[in-house]
Amino acid sequence: MRLSLSAFALATVLGLVRPTHSMAPDDLGNFAKGGPSERAKLVAQWAAAGDTDLSTFLDRLENAEFRATPDGRLVRGVDGAGFVDVATDSVIGPAVDDWEEIVVSNVLRAGVVGARAALDLSVPDRDKRLQAVDDLQEADLDPAILPALEKAVDSETDPKIRLLIRGVVAKIALGSDDPAKRIAAARTLGEDGDVANNLKLLEDRLAATGEGGLLETDSTVRQELAAIAATLKVKAWFYEMAGHLFTGVSLGSILVLVALGLAITYGLLGVINMAHGELVMIGAYTTYLVQGVFRSRFPETESVYVVAAIPAAFLVSALVGIALERLILRHLYGRPLESLLATWGVSLVLIQSVRSLFGPQNVEVGSPAWLSGSLVLQSNLVLPWNRIAIIAFAGTVLFATAMLLTRTRLGLFIRATTQNRGMARCVGVRTSRIDMMAFGLGSGLAGLAGVALSQVGNVGPDLGQGYIVDSFLVVVVGGVGQLAGSLWAGLGLGMFSKFLEPMAGAVLAKIALLVLIILFIQKRPQGLFALKGRQAD
Amino acid sequence: MMLTRSRVLNVLTASLAALAVSACDKKEGGESTTASDTTAIKVGILHSLSGTMAISETSLKNTALMAIEEINAAGGVLGRKLVPVVVDPASNWPLFAEKARGLLTQDKVAVTFGCWTSVSRKSVLPVYEELNGLLFYPVQYEGEELSQNVFYTGAAPNQQAIPAVEYLMSKAGGEAKRFVLLGTDYVYPRTTNKILRAFLLSKGVKESDIMEEYTPFGHSDYQTIVAKVKKFAQGGKTAVVSTINGDSNIPFYKELGNQGIKATQIPVVAFSVGEEELRGVDAKPLVGHLAAWNYFQSVKNTTNDVFIAKYKQWAVANKIPNAESVVTNDPMEATYVGINMWAKAVEKAGTTDVDSVRKAMSGMTFDAPSGFVLTMDSTNHHLHKPVMIGEIMADGQFNVVWKTKEPIRAQPWSPYIPGNEGKKD
Repeated sequence: MRLSLSAFALATVLGLVRPTHSMAPDDLGNFAKGGPSERAKLVAQWAAAGDTDLSTFLDRLENAEFRATPDGRLVRGVDGAGFVDVATDSVIGPAVDDWEEIVVSNVLRAGVVGARAALDLSVPDRDKRLQAVDDLQEADLDPAILPALEKAVDSETDPKIRLLIRGVVAKIALGSDDPAKRIAAARTLGEDGDVANNLKLLEDRLAATGEGGLLETDSTVRQELAAIAATLKVKAWFYEMAGHLFTGVSLGSILVLVALGLAITYGLLGVINMAHGELVMIGAYTTYLVQGVFRSRFPETESVYVVAAIPAAFLVSALVGIALERLILRHLYGRPLESLLATWGVSLVLIQSVRSLFGPQNVEVGSPAWLSGSLVLQSNLVLPWNRIAIIAFAGTVLFATAMLLTRTRLGLFIRATTQNRGMARCVGVRTSRIDMMAFGLGSGLAGLAGVALSQVGNVGPDLGQGYIVDSFLVVVVGGVGQLAGSLWAGLGLGMFSKFLEPMAGAVLAKIALLVLIILFIQKRPQGLFALKGRQAD
Repeated sequence: MMLTRSRVLNVLTASLAALAVSACDKKEGGESTTASDTTAIKVGILHSLSGTMAISETSLKNTALMAIEEINAAGGVLGRKLVPVVVDPASNWPLFAEKARGLLTQDKVAVTFGCWTSVSRKSVLPVYEELNGLLFYPVQYEGEELSQNVFYTGAAPNQQAIPAVEYLMSKAGGEAKRFVLLGTDYVYPRTTNKILRAFLLSKGVKESDIMEEYTPFGHSDYQTIVAKVKKFAQGGKTAVVSTINGDSNIPFYKELGNQGIKATQIPVVAFSVGEEELRGVDAKPLVGHLAAWNYFQSVKNTTNDVFIAKYKQWAVANKIPNAESVVTNDPMEATYVGINMWAKAVEKAGTTDVDSVRKAMSGMTFDAPSGFVLTMDSTNHHLHKPVMIGEIMADGQFNVVWKTKEPIRAQPWSPYIPGNEGKKD
């Protein structure tokens, strides 16, 4: 039986012989009587047998056309004709209350997805085949499908897909009766494919028990399997650490972005700007508005709205910042306490204005397609595109800011003014204008952070509140007045909390981080990077 | 110098004034509550319309307003019109108590419909008990409470959490062996997970097969947690039980999608995520993840069809943002059931007096959109509710894959918490 099934499967997958139907009335009856897992198994069997009707059957299943009657018949709803018996095609009439509607729940869906993938493995469309083999990786397969898959490996022209199918073959062959085949399968699993998943397969095989104790009794096979599993374990650990590193850098890059503006306004100008978070929030809302404009005016190019939002958010936040500086802060230079209170008041005004303008609820900022999804390197090393983009964006912004401060005339004046205001004025620098420009720059950078945050979190009036403390932490730990300090502090804090989080949980990690920062500031009040020499304040 | 200081003072005064304005009440229904209107019955609506919980609670305010409009159109209660008094406690728990006191002492409302999070309910509870007010609480919660001044129209743990986990452990649900209990850090998730942990241990699940994780309110970076769940799942068939509340759910589900966690591998069952929360998410990568409730919009019966149509019409007429895509969900249904039961109880008692209404409420029935006639228990202030488990479909609706045949009586004192034996409900 098994042999003939395999032969059919092989033939169908290759498309050589006209296939047959394996959905015998008995099977259909079992399908009706069974639970989701029995149904999934039957679907997998039919897929292994390569039934041509299966595709239509699955469509109907997913459309919820099937019902199971209490006496174990499978019936299907047909437009206009009531219900028909699937096995005999005879019309039964309208539905009866005690019929069970067959819904595709997760267990059954796993079978359906696997079956569809098995059918799709021989289609000419490469992307479809790739998707199919991806789905097969996760499906529970009927071992009868093995010969068909082995043939598919030989006939597959695309090297990437071939490699993936080989992985699926190895996964099934791990349970083969032939020890040599099992070792070969384990070696394939050890060489390529997903490290974490393969490790699990090997460990499962080593630990699997049947009626007579361990399933894997052959000692040479056991040794081989254990050795391969050990190397995979090392690799898996490596990938896991790489994952932590990435999330750390990702959080760090966000912190750097948010803190960069503050490093200028607080670090260089000495203004404790409590409204900094709200400038970030304004940047995020500008992104939302730009998205709205693109949706209504240029729907065909909507996906690039994020790019257009970058200069817009910079400008809007910079303008708000300049207004803040001109109207309020310029009267308060050198009086940190008053400026702290005033900017805190401004932050409340800004939050409430946004709440009145846009409503208290979060607004929806969509991620364009090119920023959704992720780069899958391994199942335990998945790099979401939006995070990658933010890391690159933070790097670019940091570089541009550093260039601006060290390589341009404006940058020179800003540094001159902050180092020695009197002297700068003496040599003809219009310090009040420089203050304004520097504050505008810092605020604009906050706006840029807003664009980035809109892609990873919720955009609401309170957005900025969650980041103000973090950004002050970065600036203070990094050392006031130092861009490089902010970079290292931001990355450091990001890494630190992400390596701590898996051990201690999100809440405890946050507390531990704050305690450590307090200790650090006690020991080194000037931060990581202190200005060297005499400060001319 | 003096000049600048006076300007500073001006600025400070301005910001403080702004603060005071922002802290002021925003009463939407306030315009019609004039002193001359003595025949009107005031009804308080206490839901967060801003802050992290606004995503969930705003639609409950809308449902309450709609139900009140509907009751008024049918002639009101005892021939008197209902007047809603809407306040916004802004996801700020102490503010809930303040606003509740205002509703009871200044507005003198006959009844309040409100709260979502348990921490907000715990915050207003002493106020309602002290002033003998009446609160209808429409959301599933952790139990461990039974106040004479509250009617609980949401589910107790045995009407949601326990059946959901039982389903995950069953053959039909995928026979999960390991469980991740993931929640927001406050009383509801902590207590529910305590109950679930005890339940799982009683079913023979090992301590090492249970992982508990909490995040703060408004948490938005779920990369580490999702990675950790993946790693945990390597140890055997794993299911995630999520009691994450509020807008954290959006980044959480986005991360699940980004990291490709498929429901066929690691199903996530949520207790505080419904149709409304999924409106802001692309549901395609989430197909198959589950939610356990006592109602879904996708439930097919005529009462529900009418309920959905009415709400959509109301949303369009009242220019609710994105009115064309509004959805209904379980707490909205519970709010609707609560208001209607209260109105019937007032008619039965012939007065809005809290003690009389409380008596009239016992055994009250209502033909609910869930397709069942729901009964208010004669003693324990909880509704008898059917339990449904739904899987997310690509359009953000739920496909009901399991439900109880009959409504189930609530057990507010869970038998899985030590010390609850013999507590009377």
